[in-house]
Amino acid sequence: MSTPTLLQAAKALLARDLRLLWRRRGDALQPALFALLVVLLFALALGGEPRALASVAPAVLWVAVLLAGLLSLDTLFRGDAEDGSLEQWILAPVPLAWLVAVRVFSHWLATGMPLILAVPLLGELLYLPHAQLPVLLASLALGTPLLSLLGAVVAALTVGMRRSGILVAMLALPLFVPVLIFGAGSVARSAQGQDPVGALLLLAAGLVLALVLAPLAAAAAIRIALN
Amino acid sequence: MSAETDPSPPLLAARALTFTRNDAPVFGPLDFAVAAGEALLVQGDNGAGKTSLLRVLAGLLHADSGEIQFDGKRARPDLRARVIAYLGHLPALKADLGTLENLHFLCGLQGRRVRQLPGNALAVVGLAGYEDTLARHLSAGQKKRLSLARLWLAPAPLWLLDEPYANLDLEGINLVNRMISAHLRDGGAALVTTHGAYAAPPVQTRMLLLERRA
Amino acid sequence: MNPVFRWFHQLGSPPTFDRFAARWAPWCHLLGLLLLAVGGWLAFQVPADYQQGDSFRILYIHVPSAWMSLLVFALMAFYAAIALVWRIKLCEILAMACAPIGAAFTVITLATGSIWGKPMWGTWWDWDPRLTTELILLFLYLGVIGLYGAIEDRRSAARAAGLLAIVGVALLPVIRYSVVWWNSLHQGQTIRIFGESSMDSSMLAPLVVMVVATKLWFLGSLLARARADNLRRESGKDWVVKLAQVRP
Repeated sequence: MSTPTLLQAAKALLARDLRLLWRRRGDALQPALFALLVVLLFALALGGEPRALASVAPAVLWVAVLLAGLLSLDTLFRGDAEDGSLEQWILAPVPLAWLVAVRVFSHWLATGMPLILAVPLLGELLYLPHAQLPVLLASLALGTPLLSLLGAVVAALTVGMRRSGILVAMLALPLFVPVLIFGAGSVARSAQGQDPVGALLLLAAGLVLALVLAPLAAAAAIRIALN
Repeated sequence: MSAETDPSPPLLAARALTFTRNDAPVFGPLDFAVAAGEALLVQGDNGAGKTSLLRVLAGLLHADSGEIQFDGKRARPDLRARVIAYLGHLPALKADLGTLENLHFLCGLQGRRVRQLPGNALAVVGLAGYEDTLARHLSAGQKKRLSLARLWLAPAPLWLLDEPYANLDLEGINLVNRMISAHLRDGGAALVTTHGAYAAPPVQTRMLLLERRA
Repeated sequence: MNPVFRWFHQLGSPPTFDRFAARWAPWCHLLGLLLLAVGGWLAFQVPADYQQGDSFRILYIHVPSAWMSLLVFALMAFYAAIALVWRIKLCEILAMACAPIGAAFTVITLATGSIWGKPMWGTWWDWDPRLTTELILLFLYLGVIGLYGAIEDRRSAARAAGLLAIVGVALLPVIRYSVVWWNSLHQGQTIRIFGESSMDSSMLAPLVVMVVATKLWFLGSLLARARADNLRRESGKDWVVKLAQVRP
């Protein structure tokens, strides 16, 4: 082989990331643990009464997932930036945007997927009505990749910085607002007895757009940040 | 610049290249060319801009003015990617992966010379027997050798080597020189930076001295 | 070369821009202030609204500020796009100079909206879709300003913050739509305080004056800020040193 095709490069990157994930499999639990922490804090603050918790359960779960995702953004590019891998991605014969897309996907597998799997358990802690669980999971399945893609742009913009903490949150939150609104809103609509499909389709449309545009923006941001 | 009677364009040609950082000039304007089979040694003190020059040639930094051509063609990202292999200060190795795993990934990303295998590369750089060692357990010198293995496997004709002798013992220095010589014999070219006279490629044909801009 | 084109091209040179900005910024500010005074006087000539009393007059500050907060964001993204594609330093400076001014207009919009709303809603805040969008817009501005300040290299900082501004402007309609949707979801029919009520022509005159006034003020501030940033970036160069020596 001389110049790798898109598929070969994608497979190489995915294999690498899955291998790295396996070597540090404990890290995959951290976002889920953080979401659990948020749920615990809300329950403690609200008094643990079933009716009160059940009424806010979908919203609290969405916020917990969003915050956990926000925290996990730091690991998206930082490791590769620090050891010089990101430079080699820029120099590779495949488009940087393609590599970014693959990286975001593997990052979502490591952080978003465990979160979605943890949600039914977290829902029980908040007395989430079982009827709302399918819509919640659907909205998260569409929403968490979208959050990862939008977050990738912010992570790429701040990749060179140390201790960017609050700045990353401030940059990401306006971008996350529509996802949160349609995600939590879809569950609210189904709770009101209305059809949530409209909101879910909007999320899906956003995801499709972000799949194309976000890697391009993130690639541009990486080039700027590595300057 | 080089008065060659050979009509084919040089592998790398730079004209009037300048680079500034924070509005302060770093280097330039530079004019030079590197043909296949040649090595260019870039010397200069710390801060003279050697690393910046290599990064501009690699496409990681954007030159403020001037032109870069590969094989007579303007430097476009996809052309650059096929022509250049860059060895920078950072080794681009994942600490949690083994040596072979690291090489497999980098080859998957950037391509591999046909008929060469990562296993051979490890032997060439003196890391035979370290196939399963995680990169985090390698010393700085061994990490450098692993980066050289990646370089050895790269299909690109033009090598940009930033301080390739750093962290290496005498044997390692000889290894780098052997690799460069073999690469040039195969029709490749190399740009090597070094800030001291303690090591230099044996086949250097030209020197580019960068002076520190006040 | 077309003389207009040539003039634009020359304006990109730092010393030329400095002279241009130094000349025109004060005039823009002066004219803006004048029109603000005229607009303010006209605003009080308009008869009081039978429903809202005198408090409605604050719309003459609120509406132009709201329009400016959006216009400045779009302009910032426009300059940023040019700066990213063509690497023109002046456009980087202009884009970054827009951010604080736009943020200020957003704060004025939020404050006046809050003040106007107090007699209406009885509270200082209501999750009205427009005010909520303005709040998110403020965060976008603060993000651009924060990112610009956090990166050391000025050119990379401007390019990164510029990219954020472009992403922000692309997402702004989506954010607006989502907030409107969210508002209808949880509150049913909202009372349209800031609705599209048709305005009587007598009420229109002060609004037009204020709109022009805010644009002039923005222009003056933009030129002044850009000039300051330009001088800071070019400090140490001959023409700046000469300029500093000439001034008493």
